[in-house]
Amino acid sequence: MAIVFQKPHALTDAPLHYCPGCTHGIVHRLVAQALDELGVEGRTVGVASVGCSVMSYDYFACDMVEAPHGRAQAVATGIKRAKPQNVVFTYQGDGDLAAIGTAETVHAATRGENITVIFINNAIYGMTGGQMAPTSLPGQITQTTPYGRDTNTAGYPVRVCELLSTLDGVAFAQRVSVSDVKNVNIARKAIKKAFQNQLDGKGYSIVEVLSTCPTNWGLSPVEAVQWMNENMVPYYPLGVYKDIAEGVKTVK
Amino acid sequence: MKNLNMIFAGFGGQGVLFAGKVAAYAGLIENKEISWLPSYGPEMRGGTANCSVCISDEPIGSPLVTTPNVLVAMNLPSLDKFINTVEPGGTVLIDSSLIDKKVERIDLSVHYVPASAIAEEKGLKGLANMILVGKLFHEVCAANGDFGFCTRETLDQAIQKCVPARKAEMLDFNRQAVELGAACGI
Amino acid sequence: MKVLMKGNEALAEAAIRAGCHHFFGYPITPQTELAAYMAKRMPKVNGTYLQAESEIAAINMVLGASAAGIRAMTSSSSPGISLKSEGISYMAGSDLPALIINVQRGGPGLGGIQPSQSDYWQATKAGGHGDYQILVFAPSTVQEMVDLVSDAFDLADQYRIPSMILADGMLGQMMEPVELPEEGAKQPVEKTWAACGHENKREHNIINSLYLTPDKLESLVLERYERYEIIKKKEQRAEEYLTDDAELIVVAYGASARVARSAVNKLREQGQKVGLIRPITLWPFPVDTLKKAAAHTKQMLVVEMSMGQMVDDVKLSVDCKIPVSFYGRTGGMIPTPADVQAEIEKLLK
Repeated sequence: MAIVFQKPHALTDAPLHYCPGCTHGIVHRLVAQALDELGVEGRTVGVASVGCSVMSYDYFACDMVEAPHGRAQAVATGIKRAKPQNVVFTYQGDGDLAAIGTAETVHAATRGENITVIFINNAIYGMTGGQMAPTSLPGQITQTTPYGRDTNTAGYPVRVCELLSTLDGVAFAQRVSVSDVKNVNIARKAIKKAFQNQLDGKGYSIVEVLSTCPTNWGLSPVEAVQWMNENMVPYYPLGVYKDIAEGVKTVK
Repeated sequence: MKNLNMIFAGFGGQGVLFAGKVAAYAGLIENKEISWLPSYGPEMRGGTANCSVCISDEPIGSPLVTTPNVLVAMNLPSLDKFINTVEPGGTVLIDSSLIDKKVERIDLSVHYVPASAIAEEKGLKGLANMILVGKLFHEVCAANGDFGFCTRETLDQAIQKCVPARKAEMLDFNRQAVELGAACGI
Repeated sequence: MKVLMKGNEALAEAAIRAGCHHFFGYPITPQTELAAYMAKRMPKVNGTYLQAESEIAAINMVLGASAAGIRAMTSSSSPGISLKSEGISYMAGSDLPALIINVQRGGPGLGGIQPSQSDYWQATKAGGHGDYQILVFAPSTVQEMVDLVSDAFDLADQYRIPSMILADGMLGQMMEPVELPEEGAKQPVEKTWAACGHENKREHNIINSLYLTPDKLESLVLERYERYEIIKKKEQRAEEYLTDDAELIVVAYGASARVARSAVNKLREQGQKVGLIRPITLWPFPVDTLKKAAAHTKQMLVVEMSMGQMVDDVKLSVDCKIPVSFYGRTGGMIPTPADVQAEIEKLLK
C-alpha cells in the first residue's frame, strides 16, 4: 500500500499536550516537515521557549535546548556562534518573543544572527491561563483586561514583523496564518524558506504565524478560526514584510 | 633592597599610569616582586589619576600604597592629597612647572623638577612623566643604594616593553626624556 | 620571561589558553578590560567575541554555547551578576558547565565601582532561585587568576556545574608578573550530552531544567547534591600561612587576604604568633583546613571587604569551638594592613 501521508520524521512519537483546536500542532508539523524536506534534522538544534510550547523539546526529534523565558534568541545565538554548521531555530510565543524577550529579539535581529525564528502570535498568554499578551488586540477581553484592553492604560499591540523589518539585520520576515488549507500551504512555504535562508547563510529569518487559542479565547475551534480571520488578520496583515534575496551577511 | 612603595599621581592624560608601569616593568626585569594598581573610574577621563607601584624582594601583600616612600606628583591636587601620607625620609618628585607650591614638611627629600617646561622646550611635549621617571631613577637607584631596584640598562628595556609597537616612533623620545630627567641636577 | 598583565586581561588570556573561544559580555566597570581584551584577541584565534544587549542576554548566550558542547564564558561586575543570576540558575538546573567571572564592586544597588567582596553570599549561597550550588574560586594574585581559570573550566566540565571566579576591582585592575600556560595545549573535552545535532546516530539530546513532576525534579536535585558532596570532599582548597604555631589565625580571601598577609608579616616581625588561612575555594568552603586549625589555635579573625558575609561559614567550620571575630570595610573601602594589625593587636591583648 502506498503511503500518501505520514508524520514527519522530525517529530517524535510523544503525544502533544496542546488543547483541542489549538494550532500549535499544525505549526509543529510544518517546522518538522521543513527539517525533513531539507534533510537537516540531524544537524538541527531547536530552542524551546517558555509558554504553551515550553515542552516542544519533547516533540521535535532534533536536539533541543529549553531557554529561560524570553531568552530563546540569546540562547540560539550562543548555539549558532558555537556551532555555525548547526541549523538553529527558536519556537516562541508572543509573550516570550514580544514582551519579556523584546530586547533579545530585536538584538538578535539587528545582529542578523543566521537563525530561524518561528513566532506564534495568538494574542494571549496561553500557558498561564489567558492573560493579556503584547499582541492582544485593543478591546480584547483577557483575564488581566477584564473590561477589554484599554489602549490608554495598557497601550497598543506590538506588530512584530513590521517592527523587525525596519532592521538591516533581518533577511526575511513574513506573517502567515494557519486558518485554512490555503494559508497552511503559504505558511509551509514561508517556514521552509526561513530554514533555507539559514542554510544559504542569508541571516535572520522570522515567520510570524497567526494562531488560535480556543481555550483562552473562550471559543470553539471553528469560532476561534473565524475570530482570528475577522479580528487578528485586519490588525496584523498577512504577507511578506522583508525578503532580501542576497541576504544581509557579507560573509556567508 | 628596601621595599619601595610608590605613588605616581597627576591629571589623566599626563601619563602617570604609564610612568608607574615603566618602573614596575624595570622591577620585573630585575626579578623583583612587583605590583601596579591604578585608580580607576571617572577620574580616568580627565580628572586626577594615580597608581600604586610596589617593588620588593618579598611577595607583595596589599598592592594599595597608603604610606608611600616615593611620591611623584604632577599636579597640585595630587600633591595635596598624598603629601601627608609619605613616610618620613621619603622621596618626593614634583613637576614644578605645574605646581608652584613648596612642601612644608622637612622630613622628606623633595625634588622640584620643571618637567613640563623642560619637555616643552626640548620638543618632548607630553613626556614630562618620563623626565620624572629619569629623575626618579637618578634619585632612587643611582644615588640611593637602599632603594636601588634596577640598572640604567634595565630601565631602558622596560621602556621598550612599555611603548607599544604601534607607537614605536615614540621610543627614542621616551629615552631622551629619561636621559634629561636623569641628568637634571635640580 | 614573565609578562606584566592586568588581572582582567590575564583572566581573558588564560581563558583563551584554556580552550575557551566564545565570550559573551556586556560593559561594566571594573571588569571592562576583560571584554575589551577578548574583543581584540578572539578574532585572532577564530573565536567569538559578542557584545550582548544586556547581561541577561550574555549569560543566555553562554547557556546556548555551553549546551552546544563548547567552553564558553562571560564576565561582569556585581550589578551585572545579579542580572545573570537567572541564567546561572537555569544552567545549574540544566547541568551546564561554564565560567562566570565576577570582578566585584561595592553594593547594594548601583553601589560604587571600587573593589569589594560583598557578593560572597550571592556567589556561594543565593545567586538565583532553586536548590543549587556553583563552584566559586577566589584568587588573590594575578598569577592565581590565570591558574584558576583553567581549573575552573576543567572542574566545571568534570562535574557539569557552572564555575565562578570571584575577583574584585583591585585584582582586576592591578598588574603583576604572570606566567601563562602554553597556547593550544588544552584538548577539547568531548561532551556526549551536548545539543549539537544527533546526525541520526543517537536519540535526541535535550538540555532542559523544566520538570513538572515533583518526584522527577526531586530525584534530579538529589542526584546533583550527591555530586556536590563529592565536590565538597575532593575540591576544597585553602592556603595556610604561618599557622603552625599561631595563636590567632586571620581568615581572608582574595584582595583582603593580601592585606591580611601584610599585617601578619608585620606582627611576626614583632614576635607575635599570628597566621593566615586563605580560602581559595569559597564553595566548596575549605571546612577541613579550618577545622584542623581550630584544634591548635586560640581564635580566628575574619577580614573581608564586606560586612562579614564569610563569618558564618568560618564559625560553622570550627563548630563555634573557638571565638571568631570580624573586621571589615565595605562600599569600596579597602582595609589597610595597619588597620588589620591594630585589630589583631586588640584581640591579642
